[in-house]
Parts: sequence; C-alpha cells; structure tokens
Amino acid sequence: MSRASITKSHQKIQELAWEPTFVSPVEKFATDYTFEKAQKKDPLKQILRSYFPMEEEKDNRVFGAMDGAIRGNMFRQVQERWMEWQKLFLSIIPFPEISAARAMPLVINAVPNPEVHNGLAIQMIDEVRHSTIQMNLKRLYMNHYIDPAGFDNTLKAFQNNYAGTIGRQFGEGFITGDAVTAANVYLTIVAETAFTNVLFVAMPAEAAANGDYLLPTVFHSVQSDESRHISNGYSIILMALSDERNRQLLERDLRYAWWNNHAVVDAAIGTFIEYGTKDRRKDRESYAEMWRRWIYDDYYRSYLVPLEKYGLVIPHDLVEEAWNRIWNKGYVHEVAQFFATGWAANYWRIDGMDDTDFEWFEHKYPGWYDKYGKWWETYSALSKRNGHKPIMFEGDAANYEYPHRCWTCMVPCLIREDTVVDEVDGQVRTYCSETCHWTDAVAFRPEYEGRPTPAMGRLTGKREWESLYHGWDYADVIRDLGYLRDDGKTLTPQPHLNLDPKEMWTIDSVEGITMQSPNVLLNAMSPEEREAHIAKYKRGGPAGRPAPAEAVA
Amino acid sequence: MSTTTPEKVRSVPKPVFTDAEAGAREFPSSTSRNYNYFVPAKRRATLYEDVTVDVQPDPERHLSQGWLYGFANGVGGYPHDWTRLKSSNWHEFLDPNEEWEQTIYRNNANVVRQVQQTIANAKAAGSFLTENQSWLSVLERHVSALAHAEHGIGMYVYTACQRDAPTNMINNAIAVAAAHKLRFAQDLILYNLEVSEQVPGFDGSAHKTVWQSDPAWQPTRENVEQLTGTRDWAEAFFATAIVFEPLVGELFRSHLLMQVAAVHGDYVTPTVIGVGEADVARDQAGARRLFSLLANDPVHGAANRAVMEGWLATWVPRSIAAGRGLQPIWSQLSEKVVTFDESATRAKTRFTELLTEFGLTYDKEL
Ligand SMILES: [Fe+2]
Ligand SMILES: [Fe+2]
Ligand SMILES: [Zn+2]
Repeated sequence: MSRASITKSHQKIQELAWEPTFVSPVEKFATDYTFEKAQKKDPLKQILRSYFPMEEEKDNRVFGAMDGAIRGNMFRQVQERWMEWQKLFLSIIPFPEISAARAMPLVINAVPNPEVHNGLAIQMIDEVRHSTIQMNLKRLYMNHYIDPAGFDNTLKAFQNNYAGTIGRQFGEGFITGDAVTAANVYLTIVAETAFTNVLFVAMPAEAAANGDYLLPTVFHSVQSDESRHISNGYSIILMALSDERNRQLLERDLRYAWWNNHAVVDAAIGTFIEYGTKDRRKDRESYAEMWRRWIYDDYYRSYLVPLEKYGLVIPHDLVEEAWNRIWNKGYVHEVAQFFATGWAANYWRIDGMDDTDFEWFEHKYPGWYDKYGKWWETYSALSKRNGHKPIMFEGDAANYEYPHRCWTCMVPCLIREDTVVDEVDGQVRTYCSETCHWTDAVAFRPEYEGRPTPAMGRLTGKREWESLYHGWDYADVIRDLGYLRDDGKTLTPQPHLNLDPKEMWTIDSVEGITMQSPNVLLNAMSPEEREAHIAKYKRGGPAGRPAPAEAVA
Repeated sequence: MSTTTPEKVRSVPKPVFTDAEAGAREFPSSTSRNYNYFVPAKRRATLYEDVTVDVQPDPERHLSQGWLYGFANGVGGYPHDWTRLKSSNWHEFLDPNEEWEQTIYRNNANVVRQVQQTIANAKAAGSFLTENQSWLSVLERHVSALAHAEHGIGMYVYTACQRDAPTNMINNAIAVAAAHKLRFAQDLILYNLEVSEQVPGFDGSAHKTVWQSDPAWQPTRENVEQLTGTRDWAEAFFATAIVFEPLVGELFRSHLLMQVAAVHGDYVTPTVIGVGEADVARDQAGARRLFSLLANDPVHGAANRAVMEGWLATWVPRSIAAGRGLQPIWSQLSEKVVTFDESATRAKTRFTELLTEFGLTYDKEL
C-alpha cells in the first residue's frame, strides 16, 4: 500500500470507535494512573489488511529456513554447550510472550485513546504469534538435536524449577497489579524497549556463532514486530506524562521495572551469552560490551534520557548501578556459577569452562581468573562421576556458600555485600539489593509516599523455591520435579556434555542428602544468631567463597 | 600524502563439526522426542497441542510456587472464579480450529487477498456505479454501521476476555476470535471508503450517525455496550458468541445481506460479509466446544447449565430486541427477496439448535 493510502485507510478506521451512551465504561483492570487530562498521542499507523499479509510473508521465510536447516543437517554443526541453555531459555520465553497478549486489554482499558487501542490489539495477536512460533522452534530442537531430554519435559520443568520461576515473574509482571505499571511501564517501556534487544538480537547472534542459525531466524522475525509495540508504549507514556498526577507513579514504576528487568534478564541472557558459547574470538563482544551498546547507549541515553524533557525523573542511579553490578561486581559470572553449582536441580546440562574460556574471560573481564577460575577447575574435576557428590554438596572442596534468595527478583543474593535483610509481612526476607528490598517493602504497597495506591499489586507466592523442599531427600526432590531420563535413573541434568551412559550421573548420587532452605533456617534463628549469620554472609564472596570466621577484635 | 589501508581481516566464527544431530548416539532419553507433560487428546499429539498446551501455568497443574504477582487483593494470574462457571478440568478445552501462528496468518492473509481482489474487480468493472440506489443507501447506512458492532466486540469484549480466560488454549482461541472481529470491522469500513471514492453522492460518514442515533441500531448498540461492560469473561463470551451472534449478527449478515445483495447488483458485499461470517462460524465452533464441555462437566454440569440459563434470561431479550430493532432495514429494500419474519425464524432456529446442543432451555417466547 502507498503511504497516502495507508494514511487515508488509517484515518478511516478511526471512525470505528464511538462514545458509549448506554453503559458507562467499566474499569475492568484497576490503575492509579489517570488519563482524564491526557493529550492524545498517535502511535504508528497500523492496519490489519496490510498487517496479515506482511506477517504471513515473514512466516514463510521462517518456515523456509526451518526446512532448510533440517535438510542441510544444521545440527551437525551446533554446539551442545549452547543448545543446552536453550532448554532453559525456550522453556521460559513463550510464557512472557503470551502474557504480553494478555496484558493488552489492561492498557486498552486504562488509556482512553482508540487510535492506540488499534495498535495494542494488533500487538495482542503478534504475541500469540511469538509464543507459538517459539514453541514450534523448540519442538524442532527436540526432534533434531542429539539430546532431547529437557526439551521433552519443557513446560512442566519451567513451572516447577527455581530458574524457570525467575523467568516466570517476567511474564506475570506484565499482567497483574496496576494496569499501567504492568502493561505499559514494566512490559513496554522497559522489557520491550530496552531488553528485547539483548533477548532477541544479541542472544540470537551468539546462537549463530554456535552453529544455530534457526534461533536468529525466528527471533529476528519476532523482533521485527517490536518496533510497533515500542511505538504503542511510547504514545501511552507520553499521554501519562501530560498529567502531573502520574509523575510520582511513573518515577516509582520506572525504578521497579528497570531494576527487576536488569536483575532477571541480565542474569539469564548474560549467562547464556558468556557461558553458553564456544566462540572465544577475542574480538567478539562480551555481554558487558553488548549491554553498553544496546542498553546503555541505545536505550538509556537515546530513549530514556530524552524523556526527561517531559518531566520524567529517570533512575540514573539505578542504570549506573546495574552497570556497576555487571562490570565491577561480576553479576553475570556469579549467576552462571550459581546455575552450575545447582546443576543437579536443572533440566539441562552445563559444560565446564576450559583454558580457552579462561583466557577469553581474563581478556574481557580482567581479574576474572582470580575470582572464578579455581571454582570452575573444581567444577570440571567434580563433574566426573566417580563416587563423590555433586559440587554443591562437596563443602570444602567447592568452597562455595549456598546463597540466600532475593525475595523480589528471585535471583539469589550473589553480590554478598549488597544483601539486605528485613522482616516484611511477618517474615524475615533477604534481598539482593536495596532496590529489590524497596520494591517489596515500599513500592508494591497500597500507599506510596503518603499517597493511596489502591490499584498497586503485591508480590505473592512461595518465592523461595528451596522452602518447598526443606527437609526432603535430594533424590526425592529430583523425582518430584521429574528431571529423570527414560531409564528412570539417569539424571536429565549433567555437569558435563559427555553422553556416554557410563559417564552420566544417576539418581543414587544424590540419595541421602537433605535439602535445606536458607530462608527457613534464617527465620528459625534467634535475632543475635541471625545478625551474626548475615554479617558473615555479607563478608563472603566473590564467587560464593564463605567468609573466614570473624577475627577477634 | 599517501596512505595504505591495512587489509581488514574479517573475524567470523568458524564452523565446527559437532555431530550433535538426533540419532548420533544412544543414551538414556536419546529417543524421547515428544512433549511428555500432557496427555494428547488422540493417540499422537497434534502440532497445535504441542505449541499450545501448558504454555501458561496453572497451580492445578505443574506450577509449584504459585502466582508471583497479585492484584491489590492478593489474587494473581487468571483465577478460576473470574467466571461463575466451574470446570473440573479447564485444560480439557482444545480449539477445534487448532489456531496457532501459521494458521492465523495464512487464513487472514487469504481473506485480505480475497476481499481486496473482489473490490479491485468491482472497481475495474465500474460495478459500484450500477448498483441500485436504494441498495446503495442500505450499504452506506446499515452495512457500514455493522462495522461498529464488530469492532466493539473485537476490541472491548473478546480482547478483554482473553486476559481472563483460565488456560492458554482458551486464551489463544479468544485472541484469534478478537483478531477476526477487528479485521472484519476494518474490512467493512475500508470497503465503505472504496465505495465512497467510486460513487458520487455516497456519504462515507453516514454510518456514524446511523450507529449513534438511528432508532434501528440503538438496541444493537445498547446490546454491544452491555457486552463490553460485562466483567465475567465466560458470560461475555457466551452472550456474544452464543446469543448475540445468532440472534443479531447472523440475522443481519446471513439472513439478510447474504440473501439480498446480489439481486441488487452488488456482488462485493456478499464476499466481504461472507468471509466475516466464515470467521464467526470458526470462532463459534470454539465457543460451542467450550460451553458444551462446561454444560456437560461431570461435576459442575448442572450448576453450569443453571448459570447459563440465568445468562439466557438476561441476554436473550436484549438480543431479540436488537434484532427486532433492525426490522425497518428489510423494508428499505426495493427487491423483497426475504421478509423479516423469514429471516428472524431462521435466526431463532439456529439459536434453538445451539441451545439443544448444550442441553439448555429458554422457556420464554423468542
Ligand atoms: Fe513478543
Ligand atoms: Fe512485544
Ligand atoms: Zn533482587
């Protein structure tokens, strides 16, 4: 369609909306934001009769590539180290996608601008597309990749796993609580506008470097829908900003949404890119470098900062602190190490790091080896199945203190010195950072800075996974999770990539170990014990190293 | 000054032979190539089931840590009590149309091509100009007014319902139905634009006042607005797909427009309306499947039927009134092919058949 005809058609479809007179509009999804005085802002012009054929065309390319990959034996060149992490990633991502579809009526209901509604409804159907196209890609992996275990139980595993849960909050964050907080600020202004670049562009590029060119085909196709979503969100935030009363809420929500997205997405994608790759060319960008480009320059400086001229308070401090966590505090390395520590409770295999990896890490993150090298050497040594236990249970040899979990972002408190402890809602909780503590204790409450926020959501659920299994035998935990292969005894997860059945770990290796929840133990302590415990915990690290007992003064 | 540019070495990852292909080795689970967390409806899981089942969690299935976010009252996710209907297994519903990414775009793109081709042919043949005057007025005022009803349902009924539906399969099916309605509304209004560009004197904006104030359409508009204001998602879906569609939508589309357009020299309208009707039939198949399951639920069937009959008592009179309101349109036609009573009888027959399917009765006069 020509531009003139698009403009004309787009104008015409605006005639479809009307002001109801028989029934006054119902607030189906509550929000504390107000759009009474908001000026209308126009999003991209979107018309279904150009949309459907355009997407069909995109699909044809994706399906063509899938056929081609199978006929061209793509899996003969795919790195298992990489593919294993896709068992985690592709178990998570279809859920946030379809949650984004569910999120659309939240903003449609909140924002009185029919022109924006059109774009949002098209986004809804895009998100059905994304969810099912990703499920289909995973199905192809299950059918054609050497080790289908972990793909075959994908959605059950996603829903009962400690790491799946970290990802799940991302999707739930789009659809629950204050409609604008969830479906505009958290979903579009931060997740889609900032983090889809690392999710759907940076990560697929790394897939290609590991022999998998289907992930980029599918995810670039997904990403090509995002500019429309970003445009929807941008018109809504501009409308929100045109009413003074929304500023305080926007400031709160940007702080929460930015920090939670950073904590969750950087943990996962950072790990996949840095620890899932075999591509150790020195000139390939590290995750930190990608982050600097995609998030810091392209998002923070080019998108967020310019919003200041509309009176929006930008969380500069939190952007800098996220960078500080990635660059100086080893956030991604700590997370990857945590995943590997708990390998036995995963549904994917984790390859150890070797000398080539060490060299690359040292080059990209000077000082890396002193912090993490020794531990990864131990990981490899203990990955052999020869009578010892998984590394998590090999106390002194591993030299790793199992971490407390952040109640808010659910990534553990890995940067030990930043850990915050507080009694909230009658429970002693640990948080990975000040901001995660603030999110639970201050932001997700019915009042904010003295102002009633009756629509604001709550953090709910059994947020510390370990507490579900406190006191269980570890083997029973694995059985309950269903992370066993079809012989009924070999574990789905493995601490190495060797598929020789004799080398693969089995359920008996975790029999007789009692699972404990750090949070249950913490709550059982006396206040004095707790204080001493936390003081020592905070002196621990990096790389999870327990602190030496406090020197007597 | 001369400069020599050093030859730039391209840095690209090297392909490595890994042999990570299915079947390369035998080990535990090396042949486990089916999603094993759900029981397929038939012997083998369909592609649709594979890409749909369990994508959205449910504390009654695999979800162990519960919902992580709640609304202000602490309730999270898509709680089962967001409708008064109850199910002993919400996950039993599978979309009979098996809609997923590929079918959505294939079908809708085909419809778009078909509609546009038909309009282009009519334009080329100049056939809009030869249409009967009284028919053109029906087209201008009433066919175009229908677009508002379709849009309202797509945007403010179905789009909202998909947020609340308790499983991924119900959610996806309703989202697709919403997309159908929205596309159909745009098809109608852009068709209006084409005709207004071709036919001198055709008032392309008349449909707005007709929808907003012509007495014929007010009961329909009232019905649609009431649907948009309904908070129980299953009630809104039921009152739209099972009550409004046969008694108002199909009455006007199938039992009037499809019957009369051609005799007035218009072959475009039957195409535009016909594809819209075909989508309604697809989406209705989904609704029929869902409400049959609920009406026949081994535990909650009787209670559900009672709830649905309560809904009938509320919504049937509204849709009957809406249908009746449209009656004057039948008499505006120069060619009387079908009477209002004949059309209404067909609509009511269809509706009664639907109710029998669910074992429901509506004892008042239709
Ligand atoms: Fe998406
Ligand atoms: Fe999106
Ligand atoms: Zn945290």
